[in-house]
Amino acid sequence: MNTHTLSVLVENKPGVLARISGLFARRGYNIESLAVGPTEREELSRITLQVSVDDQQVLEQITKQLNKLIEVLKIVELEDSAVRRELVLIKLRADPTTRNQIIEIVQLFRGKTVDVHNDSLTIEATGSPDKLDALLEMLKPYGVRELVQSGLVALGRGSKSLTDRPKHDKVRLAPQSN
Amino acid sequence: MKKGTEEMTEASPTLLTGAEALVESLERVGVEVIFGIPGGAILPAYDPLGQSKLIRHILVRHEQGAGHAAEGYAMATGKVGVCMATSGPGATNLVTAIADAYMDSVPVVAITGQVGSASIGTDAFQEADIRGITFPITKHSFLITRAEDIPAAIQAAFHLAKTGRPGPVLVDIAKDALVNKAPFIWPEQIDLPGYHPVTKPHARQIREAARLISEAERPVLYVGGGVIKAGASSELAELVKVTGIPVVTTLMARGAIPDSHELNMGMPGMHGTVAAVGALQRADLLIALGTRFDDRVTGRLDTFAPGAKVVHADIDPAEISKNRLADVPIVGDVKEVIAELNGVLRGADLPDYTPWKRFLTSLKTRYQIGLEPTHEGMLSPEYVIKRIGELVGPDAYYAAGVGQHQMWAAHLLPFEKPGRWLNSGGAGTMGYCVPAAMGAQVGSPDSQVWGIDGDGCFQMTNQELVTCALEGIPIKIAVINNQSLGMVRQWQTLFYGQRYSNTDLKTHRVPDFPMLAPGDGSRGATRRDAGGGRRRDQTGDRDHRPSGGGRVCGAQGRHGLADGRRRHQ
Repeated sequence: MNTHTLSVLVENKPGVLARISGLFARRGYNIESLAVGPTEREELSRITLQVSVDDQQVLEQITKQLNKLIEVLKIVELEDSAVRRELVLIKLRADPTTRNQIIEIVQLFRGKTVDVHNDSLTIEATGSPDKLDALLEMLKPYGVRELVQSGLVALGRGSKSLTDRPKHDKVRLAPQSN
Repeated sequence: MKKGTEEMTEASPTLLTGAEALVESLERVGVEVIFGIPGGAILPAYDPLGQSKLIRHILVRHEQGAGHAAEGYAMATGKVGVCMATSGPGATNLVTAIADAYMDSVPVVAITGQVGSASIGTDAFQEADIRGITFPITKHSFLITRAEDIPAAIQAAFHLAKTGRPGPVLVDIAKDALVNKAPFIWPEQIDLPGYHPVTKPHARQIREAARLISEAERPVLYVGGGVIKAGASSELAELVKVTGIPVVTTLMARGAIPDSHELNMGMPGMHGTVAAVGALQRADLLIALGTRFDDRVTGRLDTFAPGAKVVHADIDPAEISKNRLADVPIVGDVKEVIAELNGVLRGADLPDYTPWKRFLTSLKTRYQIGLEPTHEGMLSPEYVIKRIGELVGPDAYYAAGVGQHQMWAAHLLPFEKPGRWLNSGGAGTMGYCVPAAMGAQVGSPDSQVWGIDGDGCFQMTNQELVTCALEGIPIKIAVINNQSLGMVRQWQTLFYGQRYSNTDLKTHRVPDFPMLAPGDGSRGATRRDAGGGRRRDQTGDRDHRPSGGGRVCGAQGRHGLADGRRRHQ
């Protein structure tokens, strides 16, 4: 299984997410992560999807099926070089003896402490999935009480943007059929 | 509606209720007929609809009938068929027909009432999330909660339904959006930034396809329903003439090229002819036009057409390489694709396909469908269907239900012209026949419309004969009565050790179809032997009058099952 990151530009209308998640569910595609949010243009939203597929043909079929949704404007498969970030909030057991050790680890990963209590500490960190995995490994021994993680968001490198070209055809980097 | 077009486009737009705006919009997109049933949430729309001078509303007896009638109308006219229902159960009754239209790419717009916008999500009386329910079976859908959004939604819905790959579009309108008033503004252009179907094929792909054709020894034109939808039959005839390549026509494409054409090998697939299946399996090149490699055509994909390269042309890019990897994918309107191919291939130096054609023609002559009029004293269903086709002729429209009778009809009716054959291919919807025939007759009032239905299918939607009787829609239905769910029974014969669990419909006892007909305002007759066939069918002809109701002919023959099996051996 290979993981691919798709950036999908959609009209900001009610029901769009249901159409996309429904499409994945009924056609049996795997979503590893999904993040939705507004863009620099009010009428558009951007969905970042991580999908895992067996072969390129399945990925092509996914992009084609997504493209058939009327409210989908563009689909781009982001290259490996793209900037990828996830955000994680972790609530840890922490007493006065361990608190400073935890803070030190978190600082190594350029994370932040966002809430402190007598017996707990909540930290925030962003980064690539690999970096956050490494952070979590380090923190596990202290006792993770609760963890929440965002879906992956990503942007291609360079000056080009997904939204600045109101092109009439839907762009995609995945192999085209025509 | 009373308001003139000029008035509408002036600086201060007319104030209309959402219901009035809906009817005005439907008139503007050219709707002539709506099949539907009113109910609470959609009721505001029925008030101005009842006063429309341009739109005829046909009150059906079940919403599924409205949906299939809209499909039949669309198939017969090439226009968008329209059905209407109220919220909740009214809307959910449309679901089967919407799914059917989705599978067979039929341009249909379904308009449903929805509970008031403030009540949406509260499990209000007759509330159903019909938009959510139909997400997977519509090309697109709208939920309208404001009166001012109605014109744009209707305009977009019709555009989506009929362009690109056609399909069903649902417009769900909250009751308060129908009641409230808003200025009527007809959008100057359709705002669908994410919808741009590619119709013009890429020249390089056309050249590449032509190259494969010029290198092939055993090419086959694998023609699907897209050719009918695109109105590409004359282009196809030209392609066959220019190249001399044999053709197979799928269930949805029967009539795309005349059956009398020597190079038409008939229908391929599970229920196909030996010649058509042989053509695909032995081919070294498939030129797939407006077709989608459905499993009923291919069977197991890894053994389908094992030696063939594939040129695949379709307007829907997602169909290309979905089931079978295409060597040359061509996205485009198949009418344009074939025309471009003709341009490149005309006068080209093509190989001599004579040995290949001779092989297939010999298969075609050797393996024909058995056609004895009777079997053990009963009428054979094949004979009945063939005879109806001979007497009624190739200009008529023929609708079928789903099952054995459908397959016999697909082989034996006189398919000489495109677009005359209506059936449920992808979805396999029993009950399609009667309402679809009704819709086709409404769309083409001067044509003969015959339904070839099964005794099981007929019992699912025959109440629409009442609609036909009251509305003066003179369809004729031949019920091919083998007293069972014949095709299911056939599978039990083949795969379940002849244990016939729940497939005996006991239609030899009830219902008495010819007796049922007068009760529905139609006429009925039974034939059990071949002798009276001709007289009966001529009577059928005389019934073609606008005031007439439907007509039911029951043909009884239990042994159709055995015949069906024999054909596959």
